[in-house]
Amino acid sequence: MDLSAYPLELPESDRPMVRFLNVTKSYGSLVVLDNLNLDIQRGEMVSVIGPSGSGKTTVLRMLMTLETINGGVIYVDGKPLTHMVRGGRLVPADEAHLRRMRASIGMCFQHFNLFPHMTALQNCMEGPVQVLGLSKAEARARAEDLLAMVGMIDKKDQHPSRLSGGQQQRVAIARALAMRPRIMLFDEVTSALDPEVIGEVTEVIRKLVAEHDLTMLMVTHQMGFARDISDRICFFYKGKIEEQAPPEQFFANPQRERTQQFLRAVKDAD
Amino acid sequence: MWEFLQTYGPRLLDGALVTCAQFVLAALVACSAALVAGLGRLSPVWPLRTLATLYIELFRGTSLLVQLYWIFFVLPLFGLSLPKFEAGFLSVGLNVGAYGAEIVRGAITAVPRGQWEAGYALSMSPARRMRRIILPQALVLMLPPWGNLLIELLKGTALVALIAVPDLMFVAKQINGTTFRSAEAFGAALVIYYVLARLLITPAMRGLERTMARRLGRA
Repeated sequence: MDLSAYPLELPESDRPMVRFLNVTKSYGSLVVLDNLNLDIQRGEMVSVIGPSGSGKTTVLRMLMTLETINGGVIYVDGKPLTHMVRGGRLVPADEAHLRRMRASIGMCFQHFNLFPHMTALQNCMEGPVQVLGLSKAEARARAEDLLAMVGMIDKKDQHPSRLSGGQQQRVAIARALAMRPRIMLFDEVTSALDPEVIGEVTEVIRKLVAEHDLTMLMVTHQMGFARDISDRICFFYKGKIEEQAPPEQFFANPQRERTQQFLRAVKDAD
Repeated sequence: MWEFLQTYGPRLLDGALVTCAQFVLAALVACSAALVAGLGRLSPVWPLRTLATLYIELFRGTSLLVQLYWIFFVLPLFGLSLPKFEAGFLSVGLNVGAYGAEIVRGAITAVPRGQWEAGYALSMSPARRMRRIILPQALVLMLPPWGNLLIELLKGTALVALIAVPDLMFVAKQINGTTFRSAEAFGAALVIYYVLARLLITPAMRGLERTMARRLGRA
């Protein structure tokens, strides 16, 4: 892959929080994402929607560097994420570079993935103590603040097995925030939840949008929620961005045939 | 029978104590070897993987008795002499450790992928993820098969009698040799082995399983 055409760093004047530049992802001959170009601005909340298999979750996983990419470069705050500069050239990133870069990115998963052998509080202290090197007292104070923010402070000493899905997901959000990320990724965080607890999780995300200047990228199937809180909706179809627009415009007046079809289908399902 | 126990009880007890010592030391060797080899099998570094595979193949694929004889009788020819007591628990421990390594490996790979990913998303290094996130969960999964293996290990220690470690089996054979009261001598050994396995190892492992379950908040 020729990387010489890619800048080593984005110029100050043109530095979105995240930039996907000609990013391609494939598994063998199956192309999941085809030449993706996507900027996410500082503090922006972008919702990624689309039919299953459209590559939307892959976008998040690539940004978390859980997936390698086959072409292109991803920049975070102007610096290459998937690559690093060596000898004046871009080369694939090593483990140390990835670890440094992903420290500014937090992620919440569809199935929460809380650590079952730790209490809610310990889950939220683990990263700050083990990775950021905070003292136990500092980490505890930070974790308790965040657990209070997500309304889980009274369950802080419970293990995940004693918590409902909605409660686990709120702890998972607190755990990710405890690392003080600048970018938060939400990968279908309400898809595994019972309908009656979805609200408690979306409420927390609404609060984040309102009170923090985090840059957020969210994959979701909840159109109403996405419309309410997003600055922009990205509709993925077959590994490409088919259409993107601010939510009012996107839902009221979708331009593309595929988008209209998808929105009709989602509406029928409701 | 009563008079037999009165005469030979103390010697059998001494033997049982040596068996217990062999068991504890061999179990330590087995656990350490299993952990190292199990992690080695999963290592991204190929020489470590190869080394671990060689160890497992060698000790699982050949007879414990032959390994015992090798370590006690053959290694001295290469300049490495071990006293019989050390040679005994080392052989048994390394042999059982090879089976344990597969248990360790299996348990680690059975921890859900999402746990790795959650640790990864917190920027944890691979070693830290293994130590803080994966191993504690793998430990819970591997306890039941380890309970089984430790009973195997206890019974395996009987072979050290063949290199004259004065364990329970050795004492029983000695008593049999001098008195020809085979039924009593070997009967007593049988009962003692059973009692050790059934009343010490099994409850200890059950207790450990319960403790671990509690730490997961499941009890």
